[in-house]
Amino acid sequence: MDELNTRKDAALAAIADAATPDAVEALRVEALGKQGWISQLLKTLGKMTPEERQEKAPAIQQARAEVADAIAARKQALDDAELDRRLATETLDLSLPAPVTPKGTVHPVSQVMDELAEIFADLGFAVKTGPEIEDDWHNFTALNMDENHPARAMHDTFYFPDRDGQDRAMLLRTHTSPVQIRTMVNEGAPVRIIAPGRVYRSDSDATHTPMFHQVEGLVIDKDIHLGHLKWTLETFLKAFFERDDIVLRLRPSYFPFTEPSVEVDVGFEVVKGRRVLGGSGDAPGHAWMELLGSGMVNRRVIEFAGLDPDEWQGFAFGVGVDRLAMLKYGMDDLRAFFDGDVRWLQHYGFSPFDQPTLSAGVGATA
Amino acid sequence: MKFSLTWLKDHLETDASVADLAAAMNRIGLEVEGIEDPAELLAGFTVAEVLTAAPHPDADKLQVLTVDTGTGDPLQVVCGAPNARAGMKGVLGQPGAVVPSNGMELRKSAIRGVESNGMMCSVRELELGDEHDGIIELPGDAPVGHSFADYHGSSPVFDVAITPNRPDCMGVYGIARDLAAAGMGTLKPIAFPKFEAAGECPVEIRTDDPEGCPAFYGRVITGVKNGPSPDWLQQRLQSAGQRPISLLVDLTNYLMLAFGRPAHAYDLAKLTGAVVARRAKDGEQVLALNEKTYTLDSSMTVIADDNGVHDIAGIMGGEDSGCTEDTTDVLLEIAYFNPDRIGRTGRTLGLASDARTRFERGVDPAFLDDGLDLLTGMIVELAGGTATDAVRAGTPPAQAMSVSFDPALTQKLGGVDVDPSEQQRILESLDFGVDAAAVPWTVTVPLRRHDVEGPADLVEEVVRIYGIDDIASTALPRVEGVAAPTASAEQKQERRVRRAAAGRGLNEAVTWSFLPVPEAEHFADGAKLWVLDNPISEDMKAMRPSMIPGLLSAAKRNVDRGATSLRLFEVGRRYFRNDDGSSNEKPTVGVVLAGEKSPRGWASGKAVPFDAFDAKAEAMALLAEAGAPADKLQVMGDAGAQFHPGQSGTLRLGPKNVLARFGTLHPKTLEAFDIDVPVVAVEIFLDAIPGKKGTASFARTTYAPPALQSVMRDFAFLVPADLPAGDLQRMVKGADKANIVDARIFDVFSGQGVPEGKKSVAVEVTLQPTEKSYKDEDLKAISDKVVAAAGKLGAELRG
Repeated sequence: MDELNTRKDAALAAIADAATPDAVEALRVEALGKQGWISQLLKTLGKMTPEERQEKAPAIQQARAEVADAIAARKQALDDAELDRRLATETLDLSLPAPVTPKGTVHPVSQVMDELAEIFADLGFAVKTGPEIEDDWHNFTALNMDENHPARAMHDTFYFPDRDGQDRAMLLRTHTSPVQIRTMVNEGAPVRIIAPGRVYRSDSDATHTPMFHQVEGLVIDKDIHLGHLKWTLETFLKAFFERDDIVLRLRPSYFPFTEPSVEVDVGFEVVKGRRVLGGSGDAPGHAWMELLGSGMVNRRVIEFAGLDPDEWQGFAFGVGVDRLAMLKYGMDDLRAFFDGDVRWLQHYGFSPFDQPTLSAGVGATA
Repeated sequence: MKFSLTWLKDHLETDASVADLAAAMNRIGLEVEGIEDPAELLAGFTVAEVLTAAPHPDADKLQVLTVDTGTGDPLQVVCGAPNARAGMKGVLGQPGAVVPSNGMELRKSAIRGVESNGMMCSVRELELGDEHDGIIELPGDAPVGHSFADYHGSSPVFDVAITPNRPDCMGVYGIARDLAAAGMGTLKPIAFPKFEAAGECPVEIRTDDPEGCPAFYGRVITGVKNGPSPDWLQQRLQSAGQRPISLLVDLTNYLMLAFGRPAHAYDLAKLTGAVVARRAKDGEQVLALNEKTYTLDSSMTVIADDNGVHDIAGIMGGEDSGCTEDTTDVLLEIAYFNPDRIGRTGRTLGLASDARTRFERGVDPAFLDDGLDLLTGMIVELAGGTATDAVRAGTPPAQAMSVSFDPALTQKLGGVDVDPSEQQRILESLDFGVDAAAVPWTVTVPLRRHDVEGPADLVEEVVRIYGIDDIASTALPRVEGVAAPTASAEQKQERRVRRAAAGRGLNEAVTWSFLPVPEAEHFADGAKLWVLDNPISEDMKAMRPSMIPGLLSAAKRNVDRGATSLRLFEVGRRYFRNDDGSSNEKPTVGVVLAGEKSPRGWASGKAVPFDAFDAKAEAMALLAEAGAPADKLQVMGDAGAQFHPGQSGTLRLGPKNVLARFGTLHPKTLEAFDIDVPVVAVEIFLDAIPGKKGTASFARTTYAPPALQSVMRDFAFLVPADLPAGDLQRMVKGADKANIVDARIFDVFSGQGVPEGKKSVAVEVTLQPTEKSYKDEDLKAISDKVVAAAGKLGAELRG
């Protein structure tokens, strides 16, 4: 018995000292291999009497288990040490930069147009478009600006030398209002649309560019009046700027295509050098700024569009999309909108994942 | 237009403050764009009396004054004006006051060693005129110590924008009338200075152009003495931003600015024969008061005598017959001109004037006689002389319009309930005649209100005076439930492509729709361009036929600013023509990739420039997002002359329908745009992508993953060097549609081991068994089909 223990202790000591997996394997073969001494001892059990076996077997089994466990443990320890050694050679300097995926952006004008579409969809307005190269009938005449109308001259119109098949002068539309006419002519009434798009005026300075963006709104139905116009503009601006304290001031004005015509001011205050909408323009520290033009659609316009003005009436409004973008997102130079300066696009552009939704609020926070 | 509070009060009896008047004007549609208070500019300047004046001990031209300021001890002031002397009264600026002409704040100082406690001011220093020969001399009764602004009668000036429909408010009196209607005071009657008309007018007046000039009234005044206008008149003109010239000129201007009534005064000595309104002769010339010569044509109305044209009717008088300091006899002209004709003439000549602005919008046809008498009276009162009887040629429009008006329309259109009696009061206060005996009312429109055409205009009158801002908001009726989708298929496509492109790392730009003509021509490909008649500059003249040039110019600007890697895109329109001459605007996506695709890096080594495959990748990805069937697209040639002929292509559905073009730009294109980094570009023709057929369904097709595992087999072929690898790929993929689900090219090689004129193309083919696993003979049969199919393209299996 002592001999077994002695041998076992010697084997355990050797296993503990084994420095390589090969050495461990050799020790395993020596003890537990087919010819190993523990295997041999186990074989002797078969020839023993039951009494003898009962007496010796536990010690032999124990020795086998101890040696086997020690070998497994030692092997694991050596493998772990080996892995650690290998891993230590594989260290990367992770302070180095990872591959960069370029960051793309959506232009603020597109973003704001998507925001407008989202807000107005909730109010039941569809989005309509029309040609930018228009004829003077759609751009002026049908909007109650005949050839001699002084307002025509005030539009700073870009003209082409061309005339269309109906001998109408071709021009770049000066506003999105011709889409009103096209929609009424094509689809009749009732109408609830917005029409965003590019418009053109022969004008260029710090706050004017010869091309800019406008959104037109048009509602034609049976009983639409100025109160609806006011509500629609308030509701839209509150949703767009995500502020409940937007205050509008309506002023009578003049546009040939509306009667009555209303200029709409919005109250603001200057915070850290920027105009922030909200509050009454008459409140301390506040002022009014002109934001949009609107009015009840002139019955002549409704007639030009082929509808019966005794049956149908409604309102229209127009507002600069670039202007809305500037007021909401804080740009101060309109010209930069059209320069394609990548630094500007990266600074003011939007992530493609900033898709406006009503549930998240249509605006994208900085 | 600008006018002072004092001027407004000539016509409006009111106690309202400047702020209240401004608010009222805004409320009723007369937009106040600014209020300037000269009193603020003159703060700190007071009336003072010079008590003593002694020579400066150290300067010949300076004097040392003691000045009584009205309070406390006299001040010592050093003064350089030659007219400064003891006993005179003038204007003193004390320390702290800011000199209006140069913005300098006055301080206590020492001038050549003598203490000075302020400045005696000249006219010019206070911006009251040009005079600078000496300091202002005030009359002896000027109250010492009094605010000079107050003494001078300076008055706040309103700057009001008048909309083109309201020529009746292009005079202070008209504004006063509107304000009175809005409850801001009482309109004063016009004060007509009395004069005796003596005898017939010696000049024959005629209108030979009754269409252009329906009425021409006039009168002669002899023996006038022209000269400077009195202070009150000069102050009013100055508040309007006009420079006083002489009594006769100033009074005609005053009539226009105060009453919206342009008139003209001719120097009678310079006229010969009858004075006639007639059409100009083609080519006839006139030297106008702005010292420019205009060549006229027969569409234009002029006022002429035997010697020629003296007035471009309703727009500008002639230089030769205008009044001067020496004028003693004048012919006054008050006419009514056809507004459309005035507008046309003004546009043709490119000539704007205050008179044109009023005539083309329509002056008051009922104010000819009154206007003439008012002007005559003022001239006789201020310049003396004897007036003749008036002569009248023709008649102005006199038929007042009457509108049938139901006061309930105010609620229906304006959304506000205004009591009918209040509606009647408002209309009558604006001089509308109201017969309210029965509904609808009969409303007679004053002749001067050319803008009022129907009942909606009357609603506007009522609502603007009642207060348009007081209208209550009314919610638009709303369809029940969640709002229905509104975007069209095209809108959804554009939005999706835009965000997909941004998601792929591209930056959306918005570039001008117009290009310089040469750049547009470079991309026109034979299309007739839309070229503006009146561009703002040569750089913005032709509507773009392609998205690429605008993006390319943007790329160049970025490169010039030092950018090394650019990924730009734009979703916009290209402008073409329909057969009927109307515009055909094609929705298009442009992409420009310029410079480095990736910069030099610690792991990747050198910078990698963009190449044609980067363009192809964007084209394929964006087409897929735009709804094009990506697996059916064929790569073909003919991207266009703007592209590198060997590194560009088109993506087509069938041989004709080009959905996109892409590739490396031609070196000549880059040269034309002066850009010297590699550039690849893509253009996607959104309108060429076929729409989805049938009604869209949300449910996807049934998911049925194959039960058996797929098998890969590699094939290497020798093919002619010019065979497009894509053709081989498509051929292989189609060789056995029941088994082959994919074929992917993974190697292309030529050179050693490959015969001349050939290349080796290796294809990885994915086979998908359906019912049972492949046996060797199945695989052999499929392989044979692949090899046979490839063989049709001249491909041999590599041994």
